[in-house]
Amino acid sequence: MIKIAYYPGCSLLGTAREYDESLRAIVKKMGIELVDVPDWNCCGASSAHSLDHDLSVALPGRILMQAESLGLEDLVVPCAACYSRLMMARHELMEDAALKARVCEMTGMEFRGTVRPINIIEFLQKYSDTFTDKITAPFDKDVACYYGCLLVRPPKVTNFDRPEDPRSMDEIMSLLGSKPVEWDFKVECCGAAHSITRAGLVGKLSSKIIGNAVHRGAQAIIVACPLCHSNLDMRRNFINKAAGRKYDIPVLYITEAVGLAMGIGEKELGLHRHTVKVRYPEKVKVEAEPRPKAAAATKPTPAAQTEQTEEA
Amino acid sequence: MSATTHHHDADSLAHKLNNATGVSPTRCYQCGKCTAGCPMAEEMDYTPSHILRLLQLGLEGSEDRVLRAYSPWVCLTCEVCYARCPQEVDIPKMMDFLRSESARLKKVNPRAADFLSFHKTMLDSIRYVGRLYEVGMIMGYKLRSWHFLEDVLMAPSLFFKGKLKLFPHLIKNRKNISQIFKKSGNARTEAAK
Ligand code: SF4
Ligand code: SF4
Repeated sequence: MIKIAYYPGCSLLGTAREYDESLRAIVKKMGIELVDVPDWNCCGASSAHSLDHDLSVALPGRILMQAESLGLEDLVVPCAACYSRLMMARHELMEDAALKARVCEMTGMEFRGTVRPINIIEFLQKYSDTFTDKITAPFDKDVACYYGCLLVRPPKVTNFDRPEDPRSMDEIMSLLGSKPVEWDFKVECCGAAHSITRAGLVGKLSSKIIGNAVHRGAQAIIVACPLCHSNLDMRRNFINKAAGRKYDIPVLYITEAVGLAMGIGEKELGLHRHTVKVRYPEKVKVEAEPRPKAAAATKPTPAAQTEQTEEA
Repeated sequence: MSATTHHHDADSLAHKLNNATGVSPTRCYQCGKCTAGCPMAEEMDYTPSHILRLLQLGLEGSEDRVLRAYSPWVCLTCEVCYARCPQEVDIPKMMDFLRSESARLKKVNPRAADFLSFHKTMLDSIRYVGRLYEVGMIMGYKLRSWHFLEDVLMAPSLFFKGKLKLFPHLIKNRKNISQIFKKSGNARTEAAK
């Protein structure tokens, strides 16, 4: 059994429960055991770095230090926002000896840097062998893969995929039998940081994202971040208000799509917790002219890892 | 680093920023790419490149304008500007610094008061619970700011979907967390109280 350290983060215990549930459901079938970071704390979210720099490194720093005690290398962090905070902290702790000394003093622990946070896409890429052979119900939908800000930026820190037009998630969806659509808002910000303080503004940003996905013929939007999900799903009413129309397109976590393709039940994956019902709009007719080349590149490829272009 | 065209006294805001974060406003050559891509530029009183210009000039009144700006608070830390800047100016880091400085110096833009309440409420939750506690946060934030009702109205439906917990998930070693907060003793969090 493969063992991997796991940091769920606060959202996955609350508003993003189905992300946690679907992840746990798929790893069971993939033959992977997730080991929770012992007594984990909040990473500090968007608030610690807004008011106190040292704190914004020490909180995720403590998580990394706690994870080190497990003796595992990979730490899967499904929340893109937590992932970003952990990567930032790790980056700073590795580069700044004085900061590292201060943070170790604050936490009363040692930082060795032995644990490497990976996001959910990296996780699924790395272990794609363990689910591609179990696909019984291909997820044959036209999908818009939405990466958001924090998986690809800042490229220097996350060092993951191409910052302006990433493909990794599209490739995974192709493995599941989906057809990723080409669209324009893959890495646009949904405004999550202000969803509580400026709901109307966030509705405006998110409505552009949903509008473009629908316009490009997507039947579902696939996300890898609980904040993106809650903005596009839970706060759909703000989006509809900003757009002046009603959008029905469902928003799925990538782990839910993997689970559905593996034949896992909707309930077990937590689909009933969504605000927007998971019902797919009709496929739009394929346009007459051939698709651009880039789309052809995302045809289902064998489980082998496709090479990534480093751009930063 | 090449041609530095602007010089700063040790106590200029640009210098303090550079000292605290390593971000150097002198690197910016005002191409405007950051502002062009910033999803919040429309909402800001000073765009990201404008802030950099004000810091470069380092004039009497301009530093105060930067500290009292609304922009840092409305910045989403989406990292678009930094990813696209040809000079690799880490603007999100600069915004972090400006927020904490303006909170420390009590120069927070009045329109940003609710952002400050929000962050304080979040940090309180982490400080005492170890994790974010949504119900507690909503209550806390409500008490600190008035115009906030939407999420409270959303609460019952979330509760029935099993997404809202009425009790916090306390972590065991809360002492360790409060020690981190105390030691960060970085006057900032305290001053922001
Ligand atoms: S993109 Fe960089 S160099 Fe250009 S204006 Fe913005 S900070 Fe200055
Ligand atoms: S990080 Fe802030 S300043 Fe930079 S593009 Fe995003 S919102 Fe604008």
